[in-house]
This record gives sequence, structure tokens and C-alpha cells, in this order.
Amino acid sequence: MKALVILRELSQVFKGGVYVQEIARKSEVDLPNKKTTRLIMVLRTLKKDWQLYSLLILPIIYLLVFKYGPMAGNIIAYRKFVPGGSIFGEYWVGLHYVKMFIADPTFLKVFKNTLILSSLTLLITFPAPIIFALLLNELKSMKFKRFVQTASYLPHFFSVVIVSGMILELVAVNGSINNIIEFFTGQRISFIQKPEWFRTIYIGSEIWQGLGWGAILYLAALTGINGELYEAAKIDGANRWKQTIHITIPGILPTIITLLILNIGNLLAVGFEKILLLYNPLNYKTSDVIATYVYRVGLESSNFSYATAIGLFEGIIGLILVFSANYISRRLTDNSLW
Amino acid sequence: MKESRSYKIFKVFNVILLIFIVALTFYPFLNIVAQSFSSESYINAGKVNIWPKGFNVDTYKIIVKDSMFWINYKNTVVYTIVGTAIQMVMTTMFAYALSKKRLLGREFFTMFAVFTMFFGGGLIPNYVLVKSLGFGNTMWAIVVPGAISVFNMLIMKTFFQNIPEELEEAAIMDGSSTYGTLFKIVLPLSLPVIATMILFYSVGNWNSWFPAFIYLNDKELFPVQIYLRNLIKGAEGSLSSGATSADNLTQISANIKAVTMVLTVLPILCVYPYVQKYFVSGVMLGSVKG
Repeated sequence: MKALVILRELSQVFKGGVYVQEIARKSEVDLPNKKTTRLIMVLRTLKKDWQLYSLLILPIIYLLVFKYGPMAGNIIAYRKFVPGGSIFGEYWVGLHYVKMFIADPTFLKVFKNTLILSSLTLLITFPAPIIFALLLNELKSMKFKRFVQTASYLPHFFSVVIVSGMILELVAVNGSINNIIEFFTGQRISFIQKPEWFRTIYIGSEIWQGLGWGAILYLAALTGINGELYEAAKIDGANRWKQTIHITIPGILPTIITLLILNIGNLLAVGFEKILLLYNPLNYKTSDVIATYVYRVGLESSNFSYATAIGLFEGIIGLILVFSANYISRRLTDNSLW
Repeated sequence: MKESRSYKIFKVFNVILLIFIVALTFYPFLNIVAQSFSSESYINAGKVNIWPKGFNVDTYKIIVKDSMFWINYKNTVVYTIVGTAIQMVMTTMFAYALSKKRLLGREFFTMFAVFTMFFGGGLIPNYVLVKSLGFGNTMWAIVVPGAISVFNMLIMKTFFQNIPEELEEAAIMDGSSTYGTLFKIVLPLSLPVIATMILFYSVGNWNSWFPAFIYLNDKELFPVQIYLRNLIKGAEGSLSSGATSADNLTQISANIKAVTMVLTVLPILCVYPYVQKYFVSGVMLGSVKG
């Protein structure tokens, strides 16, 4: 009975757009709580503005299927998965796969490699674009500055396949780097087969590809610094070096901190595709990271559940890093992602 | 005030250093171009740096005649166009809806999307999903799973939010529907961001290789990046088996690899000078909080 009344009122709402609370009062129905009222309001909005809401349908379905679907699919880290069976697995196996990777010496190795490689990469590739931007900032000729900038962005647009191909050519025994080394020492080094060289090769290629592109935001921040500050400093007798230390660097500090925190959040996300193309069994000792191990265990050896367990572990650590980086950022600076 | 002596020295040093950096940036590419025109024996002897030795265009002739190369090249073009079209439609719809303050649950839907930037399903669950949808060994495995880049969507959303509301309100007063407003008012005003997004997406699609690598089996479906990857990795296969003369084997196809690389990167190089400013403006847009 009560439901009928509400229904009738609902239809009235749609027809006349009369204020809901008022109907409730008039018809002396105890339109109970805010919930029902709110529902009615929502339905009314949906009806009136359906075109706007229709735009959400496909994107939301997409996110549910292709983003949240695989997230839920991580459940196979705890369930037996049979190829061709349900994507959520067949039956529970508990922590079987988690215990497996904790006891797996290869997992320990790739975890260590991931930490070392990503930390070193951050340590070296993070300051490089800052220094590059500062050097560009000292150029008087705008034309030359623009030329250097444009040239330095180029490697960013090459595919990882091309970049890896170029690197392998450069470091090959008869490649250009060895040509130089031979000129000085008379020897040639087969870099790509030596584990001790892999990190250098990888980080070098990251700098090569990211130096110019990474400088864009710093250059933008540099143009935002008030020119009067420099004039005042000059009057006080500060030379260019002092100006850099006391005006330029503080001026871009917010940008530096924001990007640093973003980078820490992404610490574990090493360039998986590049490593996959560059590495080989001879340098696994240093080149094999969590992501490449997951790839081999999962897609080459078809241990789907085991690989998922390792991947999930990496994903959760990544999530923790992002949230803590964001938290620290919010406390220390005004910059945060949410 | 006069510049100090040390600053003058620094400025000279700075220009030299930056020229050196530019040279280093171009070098690997020039090296590949030189190799692509060189004869194999010179490459093997390690004599090719930035100038071709034993100049010839034979390998270009061979590759250009290889029908598989062109089939794969055409696939890349198709995947890039179809993929970018899907991405643009999906991203624009989502960004426009989320840019409207009147949208109920706007905050929720935004967070719903943003969360996926920080936590994903991971390689295996994604693989299992795409396979179970029957996308394996079809174009859909390449063009559908990446339909929305949340990062790009946020850039677009910010742009839409900055369009003066009065313009849209005026259209709505005149009886325009939401669809009408989107097509007649908002999109024509958003051409810069649309151009940037098309470029972001199409370069990404052109350069993409990993989905094709794990989902496609038929050579006839491969994009050109896989053609290239197989050349590079094929040579390295022998290296993996631990052959001592591995590097000789690696170099056997050095010339062919170089030619393929040049041909693959050519479209990027051709459009690069004209479009790089859009990319830069896209990065700036992205840095503005939405």
C-alpha cells in the first residue's frame, strides 16, 4: 500500500516536477527518510539529463571489464586456475602460491634486482632533467635554446623496440662504443653478455630517452619565476651562481618535489618492456626484475596462478608506495594527487 | 653589472656541453641510418659510425619487396587508426560527462577512473581476461583493452572545464540538447586538445608492440614493431643459447635490422617537427590539476 502511494507520487514528480517533500506532507504519507527522497531526486535528474548520463555508459562498462575485471581476476593468486576455465579460477588453494614465492630463491633475486635497478634509475635519471633545464635556462639565444629542446625530445617518441634495437647496436662488440674503447685500450667488451654492465646500459638509455622530455615541466616553472627577483639580487651583488642557488632553485622546488613524489610512487614500475627486449639469460643476474619474472613464469611456463601471486604482490607494494608518497606530499607541501 | 669572468667561461662551456648532448641524442639514430646504407662486412668489422661504408641500397630493395613487411606495416596503420578512433570517442565521452559539475556522482566516477592509474590487474589477469573474451589472435586484443587512458581523459576533462559555461548555457537556452551542445559548441572549441590527444594516442598505438606480442599468433596480423622485434630478438636467440660467437650471429642481420628500424621510425620523424609543440602543450595541460 505504502509502496503504491510512493509510486503514484513518483509519477507525479516526473509529470509535474513538484517538490517531493511537499507531496509527502500533503498526502500524509510518511515519506520516510532522506533515502527515498534522494532516490526520487536522482531518478528525476536522470530522466531530465539522460543524454549526459548516457555518455558514461560505455566508459564505465569499459573500466569495469578491462580495469576492475583484471583486478578481481587477481583472485586466481589464491585459487587454482585452469586454462580455458573460469577467469576467477576453479577452487580455493589458500596461500599456496604466496608461500611458494616467499620460498622461491629466484623471487628474492628478482625482488632485489627490481629494488636496486629502480632506485638507481630514480637516483640518476631524476636530477638529470633538472640540471639540463638549468643549463638551457642560461642560454641567451632563444633560437639555439629551442633547437636543443626540440632535438632532446626526439628519443621520447621512438618505440621501445626501436630504442632497444639501437642500444643493442651501440653496445655490440663491433658497435660504436666499442670502437671508441678499442681506440684507447685496444680491447672490446661484450657489454650485453656481462651482468655487471646491464644497469649501466639500462640507465644510460633511460637518460638518453627521457632527458629532454623530463625537462619540460621544469622549463615551464623556470619561465614562471619573477624577473624582478633577479634584478634585485644583481643590485645586491649576487653573481649568477648565487642567483641560481637562492632564486632559481627555490623557484622550481615545488615542481621538483611534486615530480619526486610521483616518481617514488612509481618506484617499482621499471621499464618492463625495455628490459624484456634488452635482457638475455647471460645477464639475468642483474637484469631480471619482478615484471619479467612474472612474464616468464606466467606466459612462457603457463603457471598463471603463481605468476599472478607475484604480480599482485608487486601491485600492492606499488599501491602502498603511491599512497604513502601522496600522504607525505600532502603533509610536507601543498601538492598532492588527492 | 658586468658579467664575471667565470660566468663567461661557464657560458662557453655550457654551449659546448649542450651541443655535445644534442650530438649524443642524434648519434644512435645516425648510426642506424649509416648502417642501413652500409654493406654487412663493414658493419661486422665495426667500421660504421655515422658515415655509411660500402654504400648500397640493396637491403632497402629487399625489405621493400618483402610482402610480409608491408602486410605488417599496413596492420600498424590499421591498428593505429582504429585504436585511436575508439580511444578518442571513449575518452571524449567520459571526459565531457565528468567535466560537468551537475553530474551526480561526479567525484565517485572520477575516483573510480583515477584509482585504475595506481592499481591494475597485472599482466596475467589481463591476459586471461582478453583471451576469455575471445579477443586472442584478433585486432580487438590490440585496440580495445587500452580504450581509455585515464591520464589523457583527465587532460581533456580539465580542458572542457575551462570552456566558459556561458557558451553552453546560451546553447541550452536555445533548446540545444546535451549531444547538440557537445557537437556544436564544445568540440569545435576543443580542437587544440583534440589534436593533442589524437597525437598522444596515435604515437602510442604506432609504437605499441607488447599486446601484439602476447595476443597475436598469425604473422599476417603482426604490426611492424613485431616484425622488427623478431629481427632483433631472432638474432639474439642464438645468443641466449650461449654460443661463444654470439656477436657474429647478432650482426648477421645488422644491416636488415637497421633498414627496418629506419623504415619504422620514418613516419614519426616526418611528423615530429610539426607536432612536437602539441605534445609539449599536452604535458603542460596534464600538469594543471583538474
